[in-house]
Order: sequence, then C-alpha cells, then structure tokens
Amino acid sequence: MSAEPTAAERFAVDALLGPPSPSGDGEPTQPADRRVVFGGYRHSVESRHLLLPALHAVNDAVGWVSTGALNYICERLLVPPAEAYGVAGFYALLSLEERPTRVAHVCDDVACRTMGGAGILADLEGRPDAHPSPCLGQCDQAPAVFFQRAGEEDTVLVGATHDRVVEVLAGGSIEEVPPIAPQAGDPSLRLLKRIGTVDPTSLEGYRDVGGYQALARAVEIGPDRVLTQIKASGLRGRGGAAFPMGIKWEAVARSPDMPHYLICNADESEPGTFKDRALMEGDPFAVIESMTIAGLTVGAERGYLYIRAEYPLAQSRLQNAIDSARAEGLLGANVAGSGRAFEIEIRRGGGAYICGEETALMNSIEGKRGEPRNKPPFPTQVGLFGRPTVINNVETLINVLDIVLEGGAAFAEIGTGESTGPKLFCLAGAVARPGVYEVEFGTTLGELIDLAGGVTGNGRIGAVMLGGAAGLFVGEDHLDMPLTFEDARSRQATLGSGVVLVFDDRTDFPDISRRIARFFRDESCGQCVPCRVGTVRQEELLARPHGGEPLDEDLFEEVARVMMDASICGLGHTASTAIRSVIDLGLLERSRG
Amino acid sequence: MAEVTLAVDGTTVKVPDGSTILDACRALGNDQPTLCYLDNLTPVNVCRVCVVEVEGNRTLVPSCSRPAEDGMEVATDSDRVRHSRKMVYEFLASTVDLGLVDEETVAWMDRYGCDPDRYGPPADPAVDRDRRKAGHHQIGPGTVAETVHQPVKVDNELYVRDYSRCILCYKCVEACGEDAQNTFAIAVAGRGFDARISTEFDTGLTDSACVFCGNCIGVCPTGALMFRSEYELRQAGMWEEDSQTVTRTICSYCGVGCNLDLHVQDNRIVKVTSPMDHSVTSGHLCIKGRFGYEYVQEVGDLAVTPIDEILRRARIDDRGRRRRPEPRA
Repeated sequence: MSAEPTAAERFAVDALLGPPSPSGDGEPTQPADRRVVFGGYRHSVESRHLLLPALHAVNDAVGWVSTGALNYICERLLVPPAEAYGVAGFYALLSLEERPTRVAHVCDDVACRTMGGAGILADLEGRPDAHPSPCLGQCDQAPAVFFQRAGEEDTVLVGATHDRVVEVLAGGSIEEVPPIAPQAGDPSLRLLKRIGTVDPTSLEGYRDVGGYQALARAVEIGPDRVLTQIKASGLRGRGGAAFPMGIKWEAVARSPDMPHYLICNADESEPGTFKDRALMEGDPFAVIESMTIAGLTVGAERGYLYIRAEYPLAQSRLQNAIDSARAEGLLGANVAGSGRAFEIEIRRGGGAYICGEETALMNSIEGKRGEPRNKPPFPTQVGLFGRPTVINNVETLINVLDIVLEGGAAFAEIGTGESTGPKLFCLAGAVARPGVYEVEFGTTLGELIDLAGGVTGNGRIGAVMLGGAAGLFVGEDHLDMPLTFEDARSRQATLGSGVVLVFDDRTDFPDISRRIARFFRDESCGQCVPCRVGTVRQEELLARPHGGEPLDEDLFEEVARVMMDASICGLGHTASTAIRSVIDLGLLERSRG
Repeated sequence: MAEVTLAVDGTTVKVPDGSTILDACRALGNDQPTLCYLDNLTPVNVCRVCVVEVEGNRTLVPSCSRPAEDGMEVATDSDRVRHSRKMVYEFLASTVDLGLVDEETVAWMDRYGCDPDRYGPPADPAVDRDRRKAGHHQIGPGTVAETVHQPVKVDNELYVRDYSRCILCYKCVEACGEDAQNTFAIAVAGRGFDARISTEFDTGLTDSACVFCGNCIGVCPTGALMFRSEYELRQAGMWEEDSQTVTRTICSYCGVGCNLDLHVQDNRIVKVTSPMDHSVTSGHLCIKGRFGYEYVQEVGDLAVTPIDEILRRARIDDRGRRRRPEPRA
C-alpha cells in the first residue's frame, strides 16, 4: 500500500506533530518501502500515544482517513499500518472511507428516541450523511444531533427537528444554547453553585467567587494532609463503581514507582448521563482546579483529561480554562508557588462507550485499541503507560474542592453514613423540568422526581431507568427508596452514573429494550467471547418476540449469566441487567397482545 | 524461590510465586480447557474458556493469567464455571466453523454439553465483514443466528486465511508481533462482533508487511490459517492426515539449528512445523524453514504422485516468479 497523503492530510498531521525531521527518522527511502516501518523502537514506543490525536487531526481536517493519510501518520509515528488501521477502525467517529463533509449523528438512544430522535432519523433514512448515534449526553434537551464538519469544529444541535438537521447538513450554523440549570441560584448548592451564574470562560470571574482558594489551601497544608482529609470525607467514586477515593489516592501517592499519572475520566457515555458535561461546560475551572489538587496530592506531574468527542463545547471551555490557568501560574512548572510541576492535557475520544472503562481509556490514550485490560493489576499499580495512576470521574473530582476547604469530617456530615456528600442526578425523559439536580445522598427517588416538576406525559410512571443502560429499570414501588449506595444495594438496584430517566406508562418498553440490546452489541469492544457473542445473541433473542414468538426467558437468562460471570469488564457484566429488569417488571409482555 | 499455597477443588497445592492458577491446576494434573492460551505467547485471556471460580471474587477469573495467591480457594468445576465454559464453547460453535479444532476441545465441548443449534439456524455468510464500521450494524430478524462465515482469502501460494474459522484468539497477532516475529502485518480491526484480524485496509498479504514466516499458522488453533498445500488437498478431498508421516530434521539453511517437522504424504512434503517445546524455535520458524522445502523433492526423478497436480497450486515457479492464480471453479 504505497498511497501518498494529499497536501491537506500532510498539513493536518504536521500541524500536530511538527514538520518531519530532515534526518529522516521514519521517512521511507522509496514508496515501495511504505509497508515497512523504519526507525528506532524507542521512538516508536514513545510516539505511539499520538496516534489517536493524529488520526483525529486528519479526520477533522478532511473528514476521513485515507490510505495515504494513514501511511503518512504511520511513517511519522513509526506505527505499523495494520495496527493503526485496527485503532482507527475501533472508533465510530473516525471514518476510513470517504464521506460527506458534514455528517449528522442523530441520537436515537433511550432518552432521545421517545422525544423525537427516532422520528428524525426515520425521516433522514437513506442519506449518506446521517447515522444513528448512541446517547450524546444531551438528554435534558432531547432530541440531540452531533455534527462532524470537515475543516470546521464539531458541533451539537439540541432540541433538534428534521428541518434543522437538514439545514445544518446543507451548511447552516448552530447558535449556542444557554445551559439548563434548574436549581441555579439555590444557596445550598455545592457542586452546581457556579453553574448558570458565573462566566465559565473567565478565570477572574471564577476567582471572584472563591475559585482557586482550595488549591491555595492544598498547597498550604501539603499532600499528606490533603490525603487525610480525602480519606476522612468517605468520598466514593461517582462514575458507577462507588470505590472509595481515598484508597486509590493513597495507593498511588505512596507508590515508589515513578512517574505517577492522574486521569480525569470525562468520557461520560452512559446512556442518560449528562452531569459531567454540565460541570465541564458550566464550571470548567473547577474541573481544572480539582485535577491540579489531585495531581499535587498523588505526586503526578501530568494529568490527562479524557473527554468524549461528542462534547465539543466542554472541550473548548476546558482548553480555555487550562490556558488561562497556565498563564496565571496555576499550572506549569511551579503550580501556585508550590514548587511542584503539574500539567494537564486534553485527550479526545473517538466515539467508543467502552473507553469510559478505566483501563480501556488508558489503552486509548496510549494509542492502542480501547480494549479493557484484565484486572488485577489495578491502575493504582499498573496504570497509564504501566505506571501508578489515579483515575477519577469529573463529578468525583469536583468534590475535592469542598473537602479541602471545609475538611473531610464536615463533608462526611453531608449525606448518609456510607454515602457521604452531595450527589448529582441526571433527570430526563417524562419529567417537567429535566436537567442536572444536586441533592444530598438520602433524598428519595420520589422526592427527586418531584424536584424536577413531577411526571409528565400521562402522569403515570411506567418505569424509571436508574444508573443508565448498565443500570436497571425500577417501578413505582421504588419511589420511596433513599438514593444512597447502601439502599440501592439492599434493594438490588444501583445508582450507577446518576441517571434517573423517567418513562410514562405508555412507553414501548420492548422497543426500549431492543435499543439497549443494540447499544451493547454496538459498543462491545469484541475482545472476549462472552460479551462479543453474548450481546449479539441477546439482541437476537429480543428480536424474536418482535416477530411474534415469545421470549425464550431461560436462554436469555443463560446468555445473561455468562456475560455477567465471564466477561473481562463491566460492559459485559452489566449488558443484560437493564433488559432483565424490564422482563422482571413484566414490561416486555406489553406489546405482544 | 518463594512459594504460594492455594487450594484447587479442595486439594492444597504449592507453586512458585508468580505462577498462574492454570499452572497450579496443571501441577495437580487437573487440566483446564484453553483456546487463546499458548505456552510460548503472552496470555491475552480473551476466550474465557479457562475461567474458574475464586472464593471472594464477584466474577469468574481467567486461570491462564490470574496469578496464584496464598490462601486462594479455586473451584474449577462449580456450576458457574461449567455454565460459563459451556456458553463460551456454544457461542463460538454457533458463530464459527470449529470443524478443525483439536480433539481435546471437542472432548471439553462434549463434557459441558454444548448445543450450539439452540440459537437458531445460522445466518447466511457475509461478504461485507471487512468493511463493517464500529458502532453500526444491520439488525437481523432474530430468527437466525449471526455467524462470522465469509469467503476464504486466497491471495498467495503459501497460506490461506479462512476467517469463517476464526475465534479471534489473538494468537496470530501476537506471533506476528512482539511475541515472535515483530513484523506487525496483522492486527485486530473493527469492533465488537465485527472485530476481525486484518491487514491495513484489508489489503492482500502480498501487499502487506507479511514476511511469510508462517508463525501465525503455527499458533492458529482452529485451522483458520492454513498452508496452501493443506488447503488445496482438503478442497480436493485428498488430505489424509492418518497416512502422513512426520520426520524431524534440522533446517539446513543457516546455522541457527531450528528443528523442523516434515509432514509427508505420498512421498511429498505437505507442510512444515516446528515443535513448540524446541529450545531454539519455540515452534516459530522463518520463511525458508517453513516453506523453502521444494528443493528437497526437485532432485532425482521422483515418480509423479496423485497429489502433485494439486500441490502445484501451492508452489512458486523455479524462476522465483509467483504463479498466476488459476481460475477457480
């Protein structure tokens, strides 16, 4: 394969990597040598992490990655073309075939599909520039459409209609929509207190309301005492696994193996989840400040913020925050006068739910396919680039600010014994005022839905999806359930990523179940047999009742069990839980009669 | 060396620190099924057929790569283990042609009572698997079971790739990459059920970085990668493994001293392998040792055998030119 890059492709890659060195490391001597990689092993290993950014650079500039472009990237980075092809094809948003310069990814996932997304998609059927998309994290403003535009920035259309999508595809522009902040101005807010009230693009504005006081305090008391406060706070991870944050931090902080890394997991892709987007768009400096405290505490000099590609606004706000902070000495060689260095780099995903799994995310940053690793070893021992790594979700990290300022003990007073602190929930679907809501742990599900204005539609709850597609559906009998990790566990439920997606009782639950099955089949990385084939068999089993046959519940149960027992990662483990809960609630029966 | 003590199915066993659960099982003579595991490759633990139950673990763990720890209580034959193994074999058998797997695998499948037919009749073979895009798929009717069946890739005289038989064990990728050859001609492409072994842009092997060492064939457990000679003889119904002899010799090309096993049928070499446990090769060879045997049977006037005409398809002519592909029936 001796194809040459076009000038535009070469320019895009060189803009990222710099001009090729005249000494010729990685330069082929003749076109026939294209299939062979020349140069040092060390250079190859050290530059591999730039593979995904380089693929993005070409895909952004010209809309797709041609053979010539892939060859050029491989020459520059000394990556074998077969491997680069395998990496590029792993991501839904990178195209290896020529395509229209504007492409619409229309969300028809669980939240958007009943709010018009499925209809828009049906009306666009047959167009080469419109594709279905998994959840875009805009459920409070459904239906949503994500546009990739060659040569221009990606953008998102919320409250979409068919006509608007067609307009944008034809070259129309999209105006920025003000954020939805239903609780804005409530003095009791902690995590959301600045959202909708403070300019997210101004470091000065952030500092005027107390921003960067936590970092100053952290520098003053030093890493050991910050760690003590984090442990005392009882803070648990908000990404879904609810792992105590202090344990992770301490393991890395104490590890003699250097360097250490910090990762902020902003690859929020769980269907129905949009809380991290709200934080990153509305309060980006808080994300950067929290990461900086985390980096100083665990002894990392470099932090990566891995954000899903579908969040272009959040990405630009965060980049602005990083640049502003660096200009003020709040990042860089001497962070806030601490004498310690810390830098943050944003890495963009490529359209892969699985890359929210922590070890898949690390592989993705390293320029490999986003396949989860077997655990143990855990990231605190062998993480990014094989080094001890702390990886936390955006919401989890933001809590650090209050913990440092008020102390761990005060933080632990909020919420319940096992579930300390404030918690964000993503209310969407059939509620009057969808959006991100902050409550103390212990608020009941019913109270939370009331806070969002109660159930719309016909006013009767059919089911509530808790914790996303990897979570489960509960019925009205769960409205009295206090939202805590311990209550969720004791009632075989989960809080997952904080999704509270309400469906009224006219919902077509078999259709929702099939969409979830499609989601898991599309998003399985394909590495292990139970998940790779199990997600296909699950989808086939659910398609059968659609054709009139009853669901083979015993076989479904067997498929679900092997995925839960024998898959490598959480995707396989939870690929059946939501659908099984629909069956258990008797909601799969509905459309048969 | 420090040792760890653990219990496997109630029997206590001591193994050196750093051993896996599989090592511990084997030390007890308690063999476990494996597909993606091979002694001479880095464990990738993707097939999940070796999973065992470890007390205190929420999910099953892959015995091939999970280090044995002091005090571990391992169950290799619990309900959960048997169920997962049965399902993994069933999932594979219902999607992949397992007609050429080894007898041990067949025995394990029998033992666990696999019934791949219960997922429905197989869907038609696909012709678009190499072009499928991550995150999108055609939704089937649910009345047939999707498979990976697809046309065989025959693009050179030395070996064929029949991905209808591929269980995606990653062994060929490892052998082509850092575990043996460091050529990186193939990698996993695509995602999910559409993940597949591929060269860049699915280009033919002769246009890829492939150096035709054949080490991928050597590690393939399902016959997805096969010597062209074997493939052609099988197509002609003339592959007779029972009548073949295996002669061990030493490769005469250079001074490394690789052991070769010459598989001979009708007085013709039909394939060349190397023993996995050979200290020099670990089962791996180069193109000369693996495929450069033709001169052996060019000397003298050997009687023409019935398989010569078939084997001609797997030969490069004596001036080193690649033979034009013949029109295929």
